[in-house]
Amino acid sequence: MKGLFWRKLKDRLAFFLILILALLPALPLIHILYGILKQGLASLSWEFFVHLSRPPGEEGGGVGNAILGTVMLAVLASLMAVPVGVLCGVYLSEYARGKFGEVVRISADVLQGVPSIVLGIVAYLWVVKPMGHFSALSGAVALAIMMLPVIVRSTEEILKMIPETLREASLALGVNYWRTVLKVLIPTGLVGISTGILLSLARIMGETAPLLFTAFGNPFWNLNPLQPVEALPLTVFKYAISPYEEWIRQAWGASVVLTLMVLGLNLFSRFLAWRLGGHGR
Amino acid sequence: MAAETVVEPREPAIFDIRDLWAYYGEKPAIRSVTLKIPEKRVTAIMGPSGCGKTTFIRCLNRLHELTPGARVQGEILLRGENILEMDPVLVRRRVGMVFQRPNPFPTMTIYDNVLAGYKLLGIKLRREEADRIVEEALRKAALWDEVKDSLHKRGTYLSGGQQQRLCIARALAVKPEVLLMDEPTSALDPKSTAKIEELVVELKQSVTIVIVTHNIAQAGRVSDYTAFFYLGELVEFGPTSHLFTVPRDKRTEEFLKGKFG
Ligand SMILES: Nc1ncnc2c1ncn2[C@@H]1O[C@H](COP(=O)(O)OP(=O)(O)O)[C@@H](O)[C@H]1O
Ligand SMILES: [Mg+2]
Repeated sequence: MKGLFWRKLKDRLAFFLILILALLPALPLIHILYGILKQGLASLSWEFFVHLSRPPGEEGGGVGNAILGTVMLAVLASLMAVPVGVLCGVYLSEYARGKFGEVVRISADVLQGVPSIVLGIVAYLWVVKPMGHFSALSGAVALAIMMLPVIVRSTEEILKMIPETLREASLALGVNYWRTVLKVLIPTGLVGISTGILLSLARIMGETAPLLFTAFGNPFWNLNPLQPVEALPLTVFKYAISPYEEWIRQAWGASVVLTLMVLGLNLFSRFLAWRLGGHGR
Repeated sequence: MAAETVVEPREPAIFDIRDLWAYYGEKPAIRSVTLKIPEKRVTAIMGPSGCGKTTFIRCLNRLHELTPGARVQGEILLRGENILEMDPVLVRRRVGMVFQRPNPFPTMTIYDNVLAGYKLLGIKLRREEADRIVEEALRKAALWDEVKDSLHKRGTYLSGGQQQRLCIARALAVKPEVLLMDEPTSALDPKSTAKIEELVVELKQSVTIVIVTHNIAQAGRVSDYTAFFYLGELVEFGPTSHLFTVPRDKRTEEFLKGKFG
């Protein structure tokens, strides 16, 4: 009897230990969200979203240019990374047999592990140096390189999941392979491919390091891709280490906006993936 | 030996297959098959599983060569023209196929599924013409009455048997000369199976049908001619009524008696 009691107790203890360990990863997330919201919500106002920042010492001002810049960088980076990444994924899934495909696949995996600041240096060498000055374009190039591996591998995986019989249905109608890819495979995998793209966007929008010497930052409004541009992570970085109280408050506000943007993208792409899994029909 | 058990059909042949070999890598799955397939008739391809039935009919629309490492050798004359020397895309326009499992395009409506052979190729149709093709194909596939009010719903919303008939309509819409069917009822319930068998018999007025089945009774019900394959070889070919009652080869006889399945 006593043995049974102890065994049951141990069983219980093990269960609680595992439960606590499992909750551990969620703790920092909850803490971050709580901290950011508590500190940052106060600085959110209409002005905060649509105005430029004020010089230190003055009250008010906003990060409108940084929000616009972040969106612009994301759009520019997507314009470059999405077509290349999707085509590369199509190539890996549909055409790559043998060594060359394996090389492309490994390159994508290695690229995923390259520190983002190194990609900033690459964009600096490729774009900033030849142009002679910082620009949104160079920042977008760095971010696009970061997006690529995620889009490539997720597109490949999604297309590989599409049953062979669907390809054959199209081919048997006398449709050539390329049209089959374009008109059957990509539409069929569209939700999954979009999910990959959104996840990659969520991944790059919070990046600071690759923008430090590419997009560089800009205290004014800018929509010209060839000029430097502000971005939310840069704002947070600069303001948070400034000695001015007002700026530090703005850094918290910018963190809230950035976190919510990234979180929103993440949740939305997860929702798409969940729908893709056959739920919620 | 094969010469005496493979009979020439009385009707004019649409396919004239000569010394056909099909390989996966180095391994032959079809060995020296010589056979004439009669026009506007139903020819059943029969044999135990793994004997090469699927491989054989996938040669007839050049799908076999899509498998990595697969290749074909010999001659397949379609109305006198060797399809192995033609553009595969053109061959597949003339030789349609229905697969073992229904495979409608999941992103398309019923209407668009029927027109897939045009839409995927970027062929533009006038509205009335498109409507006419859809109705005609669905009527031929005995599906029109069931779906005429839901043409703009997804094809995947139909039942399995209806999906298979949708796939038949899709294949018929491009007006092929030959329709290949690879065990089209093996994934269906008896009722849907009966419907498709009826359909096959009806369709032979307008199109030549080659149907793979490992169901002996089905071959007996729907086909005019039967080819019996064993281990990649064509063992026997002749009118179904003859082959079923007086098989000439011992292996055919044993198969019909259900000795191997
Ligand atoms: N993709 C493939 N790769 C290698 N061998 C295959 C492949 N498909 C079929 N085979 C082989 O070819 C032979 C014939 O197969 P198949 O044509 O599918 O037979 P059936 O349709 O009569 O069941 C079998 O021995 C099978 O193992
Ligand atoms: Mg088969």
